[in-house]
Amino acid sequence: MPDGDLFDVAVVGGGVVGCAVARRFTLDGARTVLLERGADILSGASKANSALLHTGFDAPPASLEVACMQAGYREYLEIRERLNLPLLETGAMVVAWNEADRERLNAIEAQARQNGVDDVRRLTPAEVLAREPHLAPDTRGALLVPGEHVIDPWSAPLAYLTQAVENGARAVFGAEVTGGSFDGSEWALQTSKGPVRTGLVVNCAGLFGDILEQRLLGSAGFTIKPRKGQFVVFDKAAAAFLRTIILPVPNERTKGVVLTRTIFGNVLVGPTAEEQDDRDHAGVDEAVLRTLIAKAVAMVPALAGMPVTAVYAGLRPASERKEYRVSADAERRWISVGGIRSTGLTAALGLAAHVARLHADMKQKKDLQPLKNPVWPRMTNLAEHLERDWQKPDHGDIVCHCELVTRREIEAALNGPLPAGDVGGLKRRTRAGMGRCQGFYCQARVAALSEGRLADPLAVDACHD
Amino acid sequence: MLAMTETIATDVAIVGGGPAGIAAALVLRGRGVGRVTILEREADVGGVPRHCGHPPFGMREFGRVLTGPAYAQRLAEAARQAGVEIRTGLSVTALRPGARLDAMCAAGPVEIVAGRVILATGARESSRAARLISGDRPVGVITTGTLQHEVHIEKMLPFRRPVIVGTELVSLSAVATCRKAGIRPVAVIEAADRPTARRPLDLFPRLLGIPMHYRATIAEIRGRGRVEAIAIRLADGSMRELACDGVLLTGRFTPEAALVRPSHLVLDDGSGGPAIDQFGRCSDPSYFAAGNLLRPIETAGWSYREGARIGAMVADDLAGTLPPYVTTTTIVRGANVKLVVPQRLSASGHTGSLDSLQIRVDAATTGPLVARDGSQVLWCRHGRLLPERRILIPLSALQGPRAAGGTIIIEAAGSGSG
Repeated sequence: MPDGDLFDVAVVGGGVVGCAVARRFTLDGARTVLLERGADILSGASKANSALLHTGFDAPPASLEVACMQAGYREYLEIRERLNLPLLETGAMVVAWNEADRERLNAIEAQARQNGVDDVRRLTPAEVLAREPHLAPDTRGALLVPGEHVIDPWSAPLAYLTQAVENGARAVFGAEVTGGSFDGSEWALQTSKGPVRTGLVVNCAGLFGDILEQRLLGSAGFTIKPRKGQFVVFDKAAAAFLRTIILPVPNERTKGVVLTRTIFGNVLVGPTAEEQDDRDHAGVDEAVLRTLIAKAVAMVPALAGMPVTAVYAGLRPASERKEYRVSADAERRWISVGGIRSTGLTAALGLAAHVARLHADMKQKKDLQPLKNPVWPRMTNLAEHLERDWQKPDHGDIVCHCELVTRREIEAALNGPLPAGDVGGLKRRTRAGMGRCQGFYCQARVAALSEGRLADPLAVDACHD
Repeated sequence: MLAMTETIATDVAIVGGGPAGIAAALVLRGRGVGRVTILEREADVGGVPRHCGHPPFGMREFGRVLTGPAYAQRLAEAARQAGVEIRTGLSVTALRPGARLDAMCAAGPVEIVAGRVILATGARESSRAARLISGDRPVGVITTGTLQHEVHIEKMLPFRRPVIVGTELVSLSAVATCRKAGIRPVAVIEAADRPTARRPLDLFPRLLGIPMHYRATIAEIRGRGRVEAIAIRLADGSMRELACDGVLLTGRFTPEAALVRPSHLVLDDGSGGPAIDQFGRCSDPSYFAAGNLLRPIETAGWSYREGARIGAMVADDLAGTLPPYVTTTTIVRGANVKLVVPQRLSASGHTGSLDSLQIRVDAATTGPLVARDGSQVLWCRHGRLLPERRILIPLSALQGPRAAGGTIIIEAAGSGSG
């Protein structure tokens, strides 16, 4: 930590929202630092989600959430080619499986139109099956939402923060904010990596957002109620049975699970919604995973017996209310971005723009000068439907055979402006070990290639036999 | 930059350079087949034995007891001396109808145009995810294959005090590797009430002073960064926490059928590998399969002999002496039968085929193992049947005259475990 540097903005939290906010302020000309307590970005809620780019068709009308989702959606499409971020254009169907579902489609369609998503249309059962022939035949019709798509949930935030860093921002890892004081014009933050001085704090601390406010402001404007979601990822062979995202019709009892392709060529089912107090542990549970598999098979019977490639769980930083908890305290130079429940991946860029406007509305010591020619870093493409590194010559060799990850990709992920900080970070940057064998073939080589580079490394020691 | 596609034209392309693939290649060269090419994605051929730094390997093949790596080197050397073309660092990415393969090597894409293809991609252990094990997902949960690769090739230790899950033959190999590397297992746990591996091998962990827990399952893995503990559920339903820094998942092999699953070839749900006839032919008869891709799991020696046998059949096929590819009989899995290989019989009358149906059962039973055609019992044997043990039915017992399109059902419906 450079002693004495005064930053314009300190962003606390390196989830997708923090990464997008750091990018926005950097491009707007602010001296920006991002403080993350984990060893890498996406160490909390943002590492596990369903990886969809949402239109906001079913978001609360006239809410900040729908506004940020739709702004975020537009900006993602605007910038994705320059950052080399993928898009799998799938569309989604909200499928009715019974008469009650079918009746609810009317309200969902009305809400979509109210939210400005005008290209939705109703499909008859025959049209549903024509579009998705492997779907269970007992559907009662669907609402087609053509604009719902699949993206890479990890390369997007990595691109946002990489662009910030390549344009002058600082990103500090292992930096938990433990305290701080505001003297009327600037914040002196205490972190586990040393003190940080800043003119503004943006709380993007996700699952720990309320704790951060208690520590620094004495009280929190919201209370985080972690909600766990478990997921099952099927073998890539499953992708032959599904093109469109299959969304549930939510009812009073449950929001239901999504069945979708992933950008990496698999099929995903989840999430569950399980309230818990623990903010750190997102464990998977065999019985719940079996329930998810059964739900997937009920929707697409051909998935029966399909091998499971991966299972995971994440925590959504829901709050005690069903809305985003975004607020600005101009007196104390503090902006709070809390309660970003499950739409954060889509909304992040929109939230960042909203936060920048909240900041602009505060009294400024000096006006920010946006960067004239910012650097646009290009991400490694990991999407299955676009060209991967293994298909290009001179990639070194293939280390992970299941996901066809090259040595060149692994070396790149361990270097550069935002090198992988832990095993999860390396996997998310490369997909090494995320395929059907889950590291059986490649983990030893990945352990050797990443020796001395990662927190909680794959190998604990050299072997002297 | 666009790389030029290299084309490899060969009489027989063998995907996978482990014991089965190399044995097939040696036989093919011995039978005078001109171009025999092994396609291996790793840097060296030899397969899984490369990582098994302990004996016994090679007793039948080379007449002496070797360690895994020494055996793998012998295999590689034999293949080179026999004039087998070996391409390492080459990953086959797709199987096309008519013995054509897409592949990739460091220099760029490769197309393989072959007379026949032998798939010999082996097997791997099931992952933590595939086993749906509950709990946190920290670093330090690995399989024996990873452990042995890490210790023997990369010279690194994945953990110091793991809990070992499983008591298959490979589990004992894992214990041996741990011992040699100075890793001290905390315990071995096994879901069944007895070890899966045969006596006296199952005594091995106990001789080393490692506590054994039978009828014990993992309830939960705990740990934030690295594994800190596992909770196990014991036979009486009680829970116990074992502090450890790793979990070693052993066995529960599954064929490495990643190429077969999305391809035009028929995959058998029971074995998890391609369905074959008694000549090793897949549903596209320009493709054959051999070794542990066919079924989990056999020893290296078995895979070697099976590869040699399939290699001979491919040589026959190239010479035009194999019976035509017409399925006359389908083998169906009945009660308690986990897998059957081969799954089909083509017209009989050729003596060079596989000798036996290979069977595995789901659960331990005592009673008859029956092969029947409708109500007609073709073969029957009484006895004790255990999971993961090799069970064979001689093919000669099943090959009487039979109407085309017939089925033979294999059943192991004895009385349950005890």
